[in-house]
Amino acid sequence: MSPPRYDAIIVGGGHNGLVAAAYLARADRKTLVLERRPMLGGAAVTEEVYPGFKFSVFSYVVSLLRPEIIRDLDLPRHGLQILPLESTVTPLDNGDYLASWSDPDETRRELCRHSPRDADAAVVFGRLMHHMAMAVKPIIGMVPPDPASLSPGDLAGLLKLGRHFRSLGPERFHALHKLMTMSSADYLDEWFEFDPLKATKSASGIIGTFLGPRSPGSAYVLLHHYMGEIDGAFRAWGFQKGGTGSISNAIASAARAHGAEIRTDAGVERVLTRDGRVTGVALSSGEEIAAGLVVSGLDPRLTFTRLVDTKELPGELLEGVRRYKFRGSSGKVNLALSGLPNLSCMPGEGPHLRGAISISPSIEYLERAYDDAKYGEFSRNPYMDIVIPSMIDPNMAPPGKHVMSIFVQYAPYALNGGWTDAKREAFGDAVVKTLARYAPNIESLILHRQVLTPDDIERITGLSEGNIFQGELALQQLFFLRPVPEWAKYRTPIHGYWQCGAGTHPGGGIMGASGRLAALEIMKSAA
Amino acid sequence: MLKTSPFHGRTAPLVRAQTWRRWSGYQMASAYDPHPDREYAAIRNSAALIDVSPLYKYRITGRDAARLLDRMITRDMTKLKPGQVYYTPWCDGVGKVIDDGTVTNLGNGAYRLTSADSSLRWLHMNAVGMEVTIEDISERVGALSLQGPLSREILSRAAAVDLSSLKYFRMIEGSIHGIPVAISRTGYTGDLGYEIWVDAKSAVPLWDALMEEGKPYGIVPTGVWGMDIARIEAGLIMLDVDYFSAHHALIEARKSTPYEINLGWAVSAGKGPFNGRRSLAAERKRGSAWGFVGLEVDWDSFERLFRAHGLPPQIPTIAWRASAPVYTPGGTQAGYATSGCWSPLLKKSLALAHLRKPHFAPGTEVHLEVTVEHRRELADAIVRKLPFYDPERKKA
Repeated sequence: MSPPRYDAIIVGGGHNGLVAAAYLARADRKTLVLERRPMLGGAAVTEEVYPGFKFSVFSYVVSLLRPEIIRDLDLPRHGLQILPLESTVTPLDNGDYLASWSDPDETRRELCRHSPRDADAAVVFGRLMHHMAMAVKPIIGMVPPDPASLSPGDLAGLLKLGRHFRSLGPERFHALHKLMTMSSADYLDEWFEFDPLKATKSASGIIGTFLGPRSPGSAYVLLHHYMGEIDGAFRAWGFQKGGTGSISNAIASAARAHGAEIRTDAGVERVLTRDGRVTGVALSSGEEIAAGLVVSGLDPRLTFTRLVDTKELPGELLEGVRRYKFRGSSGKVNLALSGLPNLSCMPGEGPHLRGAISISPSIEYLERAYDDAKYGEFSRNPYMDIVIPSMIDPNMAPPGKHVMSIFVQYAPYALNGGWTDAKREAFGDAVVKTLARYAPNIESLILHRQVLTPDDIERITGLSEGNIFQGELALQQLFFLRPVPEWAKYRTPIHGYWQCGAGTHPGGGIMGASGRLAALEIMKSAA
Repeated sequence: MLKTSPFHGRTAPLVRAQTWRRWSGYQMASAYDPHPDREYAAIRNSAALIDVSPLYKYRITGRDAARLLDRMITRDMTKLKPGQVYYTPWCDGVGKVIDDGTVTNLGNGAYRLTSADSSLRWLHMNAVGMEVTIEDISERVGALSLQGPLSREILSRAAAVDLSSLKYFRMIEGSIHGIPVAISRTGYTGDLGYEIWVDAKSAVPLWDALMEEGKPYGIVPTGVWGMDIARIEAGLIMLDVDYFSAHHALIEARKSTPYEINLGWAVSAGKGPFNGRRSLAAERKRGSAWGFVGLEVDWDSFERLFRAHGLPPQIPTIAWRASAPVYTPGGTQAGYATSGCWSPLLKKSLALAHLRKPHFAPGTEVHLEVTVEHRRELADAIVRKLPFYDPERKKA
């Protein structure tokens, strides 16, 4: 009996790989997903790290999952259930707080307390950012045209893009230009005066990048945040029931329903090629599986320098991959808690514990956190985005107990002297100590602490340098430059070898767009 | 003066934006938060505690109690075992629906009827010559609905009863923190859930007990807005919203038979004489002129209507209750939708609609009138069989 032959093999069961598999299987391609770890999801996994306590170990909220993917794959039927995450509270150093609530009037009144001028500005700013997000949204849904190419397809794409930008009108076009070039701090300075507000807003401009709020280019990442807001109409923003692993499982269930096969504990060692053409894959176990197409969901470094023989690839591409910046800058601390934290600025239980707690008291605080990282140290006083998933989904922890997810920045991958167990614990201590300044009872509540450095993220998930977006979301590596010029359309120089991870356009977050666009492009090329 | 429910002392301080509504002459919470998102989510994610005291409730006893109810409702009372609950419509003499509600066999020849509208006169009119006692216990009995996937865990901790054997549409008596209650596995959400019936005098301690036991399980006091979205997902109809009572309808065309409002399954063909039997038998034979179905709005067509104005689609945060015409693709009117919502769970825009034969067949493509930027437009929609959402846990 000859082994089964697949139309397509997806390397890596991360969410983008699973999305690509679901779309290919939906188009009747015989598809196989191979995942090295015992569970699916890549960085979108839920694990019971401590008995009874479930952690969204890495990625922890949903904001950008594409509505068309939710519909095309009927994900709600497969377990997608997004619960509201309603507020953000920033504790301030003077004992007060800044809050934003789900009700816009409440938020405005709260902001008024700190700056009536900012409260007004926020409304106009929100409108502009809405328009900016609307302007950029079509780009997220398109395969990037190559501006250096003269092919009819690329020219048509560029023409469409040109028309689109012309239609914005001068005011919005100028704003877009500013967003593309400025730092988030400078951009927000043009609008607001209350520093903690600017700091909290700018925080979404630094997540996952090795940039500070005063680094040029960080304003663009702000926009990604607002993208989630316009699809806010679709209400795809919030907390997935059961943690982010449940999203991966929902996509996997949809893929299986369309006929895809999925194997875990099946790490791919090599992609097999003959005469510049893909023939299949070889697993770490030695098993070989034949396929006409292989789609890598791994990041560009692994896709081009580990899975295939670099001899098969042109030098320019390899040089581009070498230049592509990962520079993981964030860590994660997950806590199992015996009770709820008590914030000094908002004592007791309350609705604020059902939303995000942002440790971003000032722009200077964030910039100083970056300064530490710039010189090779983790932030002594880091930026933190904290949620308590068990307050939203009680099943995440035993009754009355809680889990806390702390996203931490900065923790540089290239730490001075390298990461060690002692350094990891020191990093964890810095996080808990910083939090304890705002929630003094936190230390007494900790039943278990999981600390993940970029080094751990790389070791566990495979993400190079622990970058959560498979490479920084910096302008020089977005759109037709992601991951490298001329290879931004999910293809590779090896016939039948494709890329579908977040290292391709538009990348980053539990968006699924890379996986979907890759699958559509694959089907177009075969049609 | 509107009445207040026996739980009012506890619910009133929680209504943050004073979003009250009238329900059968009671002042009830539309939502406790300014928006119902979290309350709705609790129904599908943890547990929602809903005050449903404004339901009309009657206790019917006496030798002919079952006979009276059998004459009134469309289901077969001779098969309703002690501890069992029926959901059922009841009709006038020509088979037009007056109301829908539940009938519970309380044992020892006692029954409880719940209804959306007052039914006292109708009960008495049907009881002529019968040996029955009809008590209106609407104000004496408070009712809380505990709905959601964790409702069983909360009740198991709170109540001194074995819930594991309490099947769907069954009732059991017991106590919660020493307060005597009846617990029925019923509700208006299409999810796992229970309704708890209590002497109004013990209402406040019962509320406190459930809130205390429910806290570690994420219990959320929930108003009518949250429940309304859930009931549309579950395809459950509402009197005076989705259909008119035969006793209220000003014109004949506004009346419906059970078959026309998707309650044909609750009409027992084999039972003895009951109100409307002859007409309903005839309708069963010839088929119904109208069907009551679900509509699922096609998102792409909906989005296109908004994009034409440079807008992202606008989705209401609460369910709508208004009549919206439904057309065939050819442009003739096929019927009308009566309520609808954006389903946060299914990520779909849903509606409940009355459609004329043959347009009510599942899969039929129709057009639903929607208002987009002050204009009447048509969105594509598909006819779906109800319910839209039916989780296994509801009956498991």
